[in-house]
Amino acid sequence: MEKTLFIIFAVVSVAAALNILLQRNPLHSALSLVGTLITLSALYVMLRAQFIAAIQIIVYAGAIMVLFVFVIMLLNAPKEASYIEKHKALRFLAIPLAGLLIAEAFYVIRLVKPIEMPAADDSAQAVGTTFSVGTKLFTDYLLPFEVTSVLILMAIVGAMVLARRGED
Amino acid sequence: MTDLLLEWTIKIAVILGALLTAVAYAVLLERRIMAFIQLRRGPNRVGPFGLLQPAADGLKLIFKEDIIPSQASKLLYVIAPTFLLIPSLMIFIVIPFGSEIVLFGRKIALQVTHFDVGLLYVLALGSVSVYGIALAGWSSNNKYSLMGGLRASAQMISYELALGLSVIGILIQSGSLDLVEIVRSQGGWNGLQWNVFVSQPLGFLIFFIAALAEANRTPFDLPEADSELVAGYHTEYSSMKFVMFQMGEYCNLIAAAAISTTLFWGGWMGPGVEAYPALSLVYFTAKVFVFVFVFIWIRFTLPRFRYDQLMRFGWRVLLPLAILNIIITATVKLLVS
Amino acid sequence: MQSSTTNYLPILLIFLAATALASVLILLPRLLARSRPTETKLQPYECGVEPVGSARERQSVKFYLVAMIFLLFDIEAVFLIPWAVAFPHVLKDPAYSPLKYVFYGEMMVFMVVLLVGLLYIYRKGIIEWNR
Repeated sequence: MEKTLFIIFAVVSVAAALNILLQRNPLHSALSLVGTLITLSALYVMLRAQFIAAIQIIVYAGAIMVLFVFVIMLLNAPKEASYIEKHKALRFLAIPLAGLLIAEAFYVIRLVKPIEMPAADDSAQAVGTTFSVGTKLFTDYLLPFEVTSVLILMAIVGAMVLARRGED
Repeated sequence: MTDLLLEWTIKIAVILGALLTAVAYAVLLERRIMAFIQLRRGPNRVGPFGLLQPAADGLKLIFKEDIIPSQASKLLYVIAPTFLLIPSLMIFIVIPFGSEIVLFGRKIALQVTHFDVGLLYVLALGSVSVYGIALAGWSSNNKYSLMGGLRASAQMISYELALGLSVIGILIQSGSLDLVEIVRSQGGWNGLQWNVFVSQPLGFLIFFIAALAEANRTPFDLPEADSELVAGYHTEYSSMKFVMFQMGEYCNLIAAAAISTTLFWGGWMGPGVEAYPALSLVYFTAKVFVFVFVFIWIRFTLPRFRYDQLMRFGWRVLLPLAILNIIITATVKLLVS
Repeated sequence: MQSSTTNYLPILLIFLAATALASVLILLPRLLARSRPTETKLQPYECGVEPVGSARERQSVKFYLVAMIFLLFDIEAVFLIPWAVAFPHVLKDPAYSPLKYVFYGEMMVFMVVLLVGLLYIYRKGIIEWNR
């Protein structure tokens, strides 16, 4: 049962990801990305990382992608016209490099050792629940957390400066 | 596993059926209450007290011509209403409608399911429904729709922040995101230890206002106000897609009422629920009904905010208040412990 | 906090049910309603006058700023959630009791930094929506 679900979600996720590349209209690509993120979130749930699954939807699909969609609408991005690169030689590099990428992927997969998935009911060992994320984040990983707050502050200031550059 | 699947399927079918009927009659309820507030009667011709009016309206709308504007982006135009309707329907599987009852010799919990990130699931669905409005405005290829859609989306995301932050107080109080746990933690004082009395009156107020803005209801309904932008993001929609927008909106309304009762007003808790579990369903329905009534009442009493007032209120008033609520709740909880 | 991952399955079920319902609602008028498109009916609606200009002109940058600031504060809320869920348990559990004030203090530091950001936004006037 889990295997079937995994295969379904994985196929949909990869198909949506491919669709991002194949669509001409940028809004269709953005929506395909949203679809990829939602199926990824389902895969996270199956990996017992429930908190991250929910946060993926809230932050990534619900805030970052909304920003993308706003930008596409505000800038009135046109459909992509296909263009031919100037350096035709680059086209012949594509297939060997793709082959190299696939070979790397196989190598990494061979290296990964299978782990024991905790049973669906096992809450004693749960690492993905909100409570365990909470305790770990504020005890072992406190410094990254406080640094993140400064990072967000920098992002706020940066966004305001960049967007207002023409005005002041 | 199969009987679990069967149980879920039956519960989902019951909930969807009840929800769609509730949505249809919520429209009628709104029109009747609007009429009484405006000193007239409202629809009362079709069936006794107008109770068949939703059926008549539904039939009419099914047979209306389905116009797709010539320059509209067809695929997005057709899909946009689903982005609004489907998340609103999906919220209801985590809402606890009551405690357990015994039917046919089985203990049946009166909610479809509960998992440990229930409240985050609700917030996530709220985040996704922004797409429906933005895409509807864009794909209609109509200036008014686009402006209405962008404004409505900006309004929704601004108030989504206050919404999310106002439930943090509940989390500090109950220590769990699971809605069933949150309801159960409000069981003291003979079933009346509701969060709104104990710790979160301010939190409830913020949540209520933010939910009104999320649902695009007056006083926050400028993006779809008739005299401002024609009908805003759903100007160009006719027939069933328009119905889907309305359904999504009323579904959102009922969901907001249900979540408010679950988080702040004790959900199905009330005096006497241990003895008579069926009473829990009655309590829950009564509370949700009161909230829907209050939403409708507010709509026809208050004038609507201008858009800049609306945005300023969301960012300058509601957001700092929500943060203040979190700080106060955390401090009090620390000092009391 | 006992829960099982199989409890997430109804999400898929109701998604399929809701999608089926939405599809029925979209397809129903195709079957039942008349379709007599005339040119006037298909034009964008502008209160009865001829539509002027395209709908695809550029809009104000204020929407982008709102979305960006929403994103940043959303991330802040995301950090608040596990803290808030862990907080009452840290307070109650005697094993954690030396951590009580530290736990509280950490989040207050985080929120102060973000309040600085909020004040900066107010001063810069992002919220002055002078329409």
